Amino acid sequence: MTPETNTMTPTITGDTILKVEHLSMKFGGLMAINDFSFEARRGDITALIGPNGAGKTTVFNCITGFYKPTMGMITLRQGDGREHLLERLKDFEITKSAKVARTFQNIRLFSGLTVLENLLVAQHNVLMKASGYTILGLLGLPTYKKAVGASIEKAKYWLDKADLTDRADDPAGDLPYGAQRRLEIVRAMCTGPELLCLDEPAAGLNPRESAALNTLLHSIRSEGVSILLIEHDMSVVMEISDHVVVLEYGQKISDGTPDHVKNDPKVIAAYLGVEDDEVDEVIAVELEGGDR
Amino acid sequence: MAAPSENTSSGLMVKAVREGIFAGVIALGMFILYVGIETYQDIDNRLVWRTRWGLLAIFVAVAAIGRFLMVGVIKPHLDRRKLAKAKSGILEISEEKSFFHRHFLKIALIALLLYPMASVWLFGTQGSLKYVDNFGIQILIYVMLAWGLNIVVGLAGLLDLGYVAFYAVGAYSYALLSAHLGLSFWVLLPLAGILAALWGVILGFPVLRLRGDYLAIVTLAFGEIIRLVLINWTDVTRGTFGISGIKKASVFGIWSFDVGSPNYFPKAFGLATSSAYYKIFLFYVILALCLLTAYVTIRLRRMPIGRAWEALREDEIACRSLGINTVTTKLTAFATGAMFGGFAGSFFATRQGFVSPESFVFLESAVILAIVVLGGMGSLTGIAIAAVVMVGGTELLREMAFLKLVFGPDFTPELYRMLLFGLAMVIVMLFKPRGFVGTREPTAFLKERKVVSGSFTKEGHG
Repeated sequence: MTPETNTMTPTITGDTILKVEHLSMKFGGLMAINDFSFEARRGDITALIGPNGAGKTTVFNCITGFYKPTMGMITLRQGDGREHLLERLKDFEITKSAKVARTFQNIRLFSGLTVLENLLVAQHNVLMKASGYTILGLLGLPTYKKAVGASIEKAKYWLDKADLTDRADDPAGDLPYGAQRRLEIVRAMCTGPELLCLDEPAAGLNPRESAALNTLLHSIRSEGVSILLIEHDMSVVMEISDHVVVLEYGQKISDGTPDHVKNDPKVIAAYLGVEDDEVDEVIAVELEGGDR
Repeated sequence: MAAPSENTSSGLMVKAVREGIFAGVIALGMFILYVGIETYQDIDNRLVWRTRWGLLAIFVAVAAIGRFLMVGVIKPHLDRRKLAKAKSGILEISEEKSFFHRHFLKIALIALLLYPMASVWLFGTQGSLKYVDNFGIQILIYVMLAWGLNIVVGLAGLLDLGYVAFYAVGAYSYALLSAHLGLSFWVLLPLAGILAALWGVILGFPVLRLRGDYLAIVTLAFGEIIRLVLINWTDVTRGTFGISGIKKASVFGIWSFDVGSPNYFPKAFGLATSSAYYKIFLFYVILALCLLTAYVTIRLRRMPIGRAWEALREDEIACRSLGINTVTTKLTAFATGAMFGGFAGSFFATRQGFVSPESFVFLESAVILAIVVLGGMGSLTGIAIAAVVMVGGTELLREMAFLKLVFGPDFTPELYRMLLFGLAMVIVMLFKPRGFVGTREPTAFLKERKVVSGSFTKEGHG
């Protein structure tokens, strides 16, 4: 990893994998994101948090190419130093060449395909090349057979990480909710990404499933993959993230370590500014998460 | 136990009678204008009408009695059987499959290979013509078309209502190129497939950004455009007259089926002159083409492109998030499906010896799509069964002369083809909403190959 030469705020060290500069997204008259800039460092888990409707998923969709931003620049710097301007790439190219993979808030699995097939579809581009764009593969050349073997080994590796090996031959739609979440994450990992974007991975999980997810995320990070995640569950955010960016009404209001963000008066105002019962719950959850 | 059951059985009869009468009234309302009254032109060219109350009464009686039996007898019987099964406890989950079930494909293939011989042996050389041509070849053409469309609709989940356009492209490619360039069937067969695939790409490129209903409408329009071009471009296609005198296929150029030629096939083997040998030859050609389609489909499903097709059917957005280029994936599905349509088209042209736009109407697309849906989207076996039932069934109607004894001498069963087609579809969709074979075979497995239940697979949204 070469040291980053870009100008950065002094608190941030290590090299940058994703740099979002002056990102704006307009839907008709609505400014969903307004001049939003942040950086994510290689090997870190960066969390993007904020109240409902703050524009977190919109930022995600801009980064992964599902939306074309109205203004701004999104730069992805790969481990070998190559840079990609994500706002200029098509959505599938962002995964294929820029090596950014994502999951969705509402799980999008291929429910009629088996768990193993889901992971093989994710290795489409590698297998396509190995099969000589189908033609050589139809002839049954050994290079393709070897690639298929390798892809199944890779799938097995991630199935083991996600604790899904026993369910490998079941249809993905048959899995319980928590397992579907994990499968979606390892499916994204099978594309071989450098940056993994997770949209609310812990939503709707019970505490046990949540713990299993944390283990999975840690093991992904130990592989050297950087993670960018949107999360509502403060216990997850505070426990696993290295760096937190807070978004409100499409604008960044805080950026820093979890401890810094937790004590930032602006964040407290955004989350706790209104007096109602929900706020107490949020505090309780946060304290609990902090204690663990 | 006895008293309440008697009570319910009398209540059941009342209910059955009531429902029967109700069904009869509905049938009366539905058929009174369609069946009860018939219009015709008399000698002075006047349009007059006459009534057919007898036929109407038969229709109404069939509906009423059928409903009465269904509610009063069959349904309680089925319920009792289900209850008895549930009471007996253990569900038979892993029941051993029968010999026939396990070796179904092999048996079917052997039966198909022996079919022409058997019909010659049973009905004589000339008598076999009907069975080999009307049943065998006709059904196999539809099997091939439906398997080709299955790649587009069943695997990739793209609803294509204009598939017959590629069939037409194949047929006219063969007819025109053989007439003008004098090329043989075996050269033009792959060429027709390639041309159809090319048209698949040409159509696909602008259209594939559309999804679902919009895609269906545009493909429907494309099918009509091709047909209208064929009708109106009279310089080339001779319009509605069609192209006749299309060359027959030969046995790889070695033996010919033209009676006058020196290497006439039956003469070379010392057989009597008969067109039946040509039909038997064609039967094996289309059988080989069908097997090719099946083989390619099965192989492609295990290739990354085939898995991408199925993934596309399940969730297009997820596909894009995994780095799959959905445009090229859809295009290859369209082109591959169109190619098999083109093969079938050129075979159709050589079999008929005549092509005209009349053969490529929307109804054909609808029938092929119906076969795919009835068979179970994605399942080759199911689709083949559906083709046999639907196409064979309608051909069988012609044979049902005995129906004239029931409905009168001017009853022509063929005219009820579409009515029965629709009825069969409604019945199949009621009892097997996912088609004959609704399950999906996984393309890869770690420990065991478990079939995926139809309730998990999606139909695709375009």
